[in-house]
Formats: sequence, structure tokens, C-alpha cells
Amino acid sequence: MELLIFYMFAIVSVAFAIFMIVARKPVSSAISLIGVMFCLAVFYVLLNAHLIAALQILVYAGAIMVLFLFVIMLLNLREKQGAISYHRTALQLAGVAVFCALLVPFMSMVTIPGTSGGAGVSADFGTTAGVGKLLYTDFLLPFEIASILLLAALVGAVALTKLKMK
Amino acid sequence: MLTINHFLALSAILFVIGVVGVLTRRNVIVIMMCIELMLNAVNLTFISFAYYLGDMTGHVFVFMVMAVAAAEAAVGLAIVMALFRNRETVDVDRVSLLKH
Repeated sequence: MELLIFYMFAIVSVAFAIFMIVARKPVSSAISLIGVMFCLAVFYVLLNAHLIAALQILVYAGAIMVLFLFVIMLLNLREKQGAISYHRTALQLAGVAVFCALLVPFMSMVTIPGTSGGAGVSADFGTTAGVGKLLYTDFLLPFEIASILLLAALVGAVALTKLKMK
Repeated sequence: MLTINHFLALSAILFVIGVVGVLTRRNVIVIMMCIELMLNAVNLTFISFAYYLGDMTGHVFVFMVMAVAAAEAAVGLAIVMALFRNRETVDVDRVSLLKH
């Protein structure tokens, strides 16, 4: 059953990802990326990461992608801009395809020690309480630094859009 | 039986699709979306290792990656806006001020 769900959403997410990079309109790319993110949220639920699954939909599919869509709408691009550059595509695609062909079988064959289980996770694994406890004890300093980073990004984004460049 | 290798293979495929997108597209917004896709693929790796090793630290890492991705998207898109206002383009081949 889990395997069926995995393969179903794996195929859908790869299809969305491929459509994202071949779509001519940036809006289509953004919508397909939202599709990929929803599929990834399904995988997170399969992997017992309930808080991260919710955050994936709220932060990624909600906030970040809406930001992308707003910018695409604001710029009002002509369709010709940003089409795939075919002249240099072939060589790069070949190189990446070789890389991919080497990587994927390696990933699926290798056995990583200690990863056979997964059934033995505790009851609060991946819940808001579990992750929150970890976040506010062991990772308190990175958590605070992340808040400063977000504030800096906020100020930087406002400053950049207000800036008059000569 | 669902194993970690399924998830690792899937995230490798998604990451490579993101790399292909960054290399082949010229629209800077689509390039940023491909970067987001690569970050998401890495997040999937973190979550699958967290589950199969029974250690929640991976979830905290994904949380931090999300915070950094949000900051990156905000600043990056602000740069795109400034770029478009100044040069009327989002084509990376036509933005080569630092090239020469």
C-alpha cells in the first residue's frame, strides 16, 4: 500500500518537475513547482514528518510560491523571454544525463548501515511537540540566528526594491 | 517494502532535474524555481534519513533550510525586480555586466 502511494506520487512529482523545466510560460513552471511541493508533502507524511509536511505546504507552496507568482505577474513578461536556449542545451543535457545515470543506480543499490528499520520510531517522532522540543533545546542558537536572518532578508528585500540604481 | 533507497533515488532524480533546469533555462525566475526544487530534493533526503535512522535532527535541518530558502527567495526576487526595472530583461544571457 505504501509502495503504491510512493510510486504514484513519485511519478507525478517527476512529471511535474520535468514540466516545470520545459514549460514556456513562467506561470506554468510555478504551478508545476507547487505540484511537486504537494507531492513532497505526501512523502513527508509517509516518512512520519507531520510538522514538516504542514510547513512544506504553508511555507513553500503557500508563501514562497505566491511570492514567485506575484513577481511573475508584476513583471508582465512577454512570452518569448526566458524560452529554453536550445543552442547550448544538447551538450549540457548529455553531461547531466550521464551524471544522473551514474547516480541513480548507485543510490538504489547501496545499503546504508542502520537504515533498515524505521518502524521503531517513538510516538512523538516528527510531531510539533517532538520537533519543537528539539528546536528550543539543542538547536536554540541556530533557531535565533534563523530569525535574525529572516529579519535581514526582509529589510534587504525592501531596500533592494526601493533602491534607485544609477 | 518501502526502503530508504526509494526516497534517495527519487530525490536524486528531482535534484538532477533541478540542475538541468538551471543549466538550460535563461529566465532568471525559472532558474530560481529550479534552485527551490533542488533544495526540496535535499530536504527529502534529510527527512528520509531522519526516519530511517530514527533521529529527529534531520527535521530541524529541514526547518532551517526552509527559513534560508524563504530569505533567499525574498532577496532574490527583489534583485530580479531591481534588474527588470533597470534593464527590462530577465534573460541571464543578457545580464553580463560582471562578465568582462
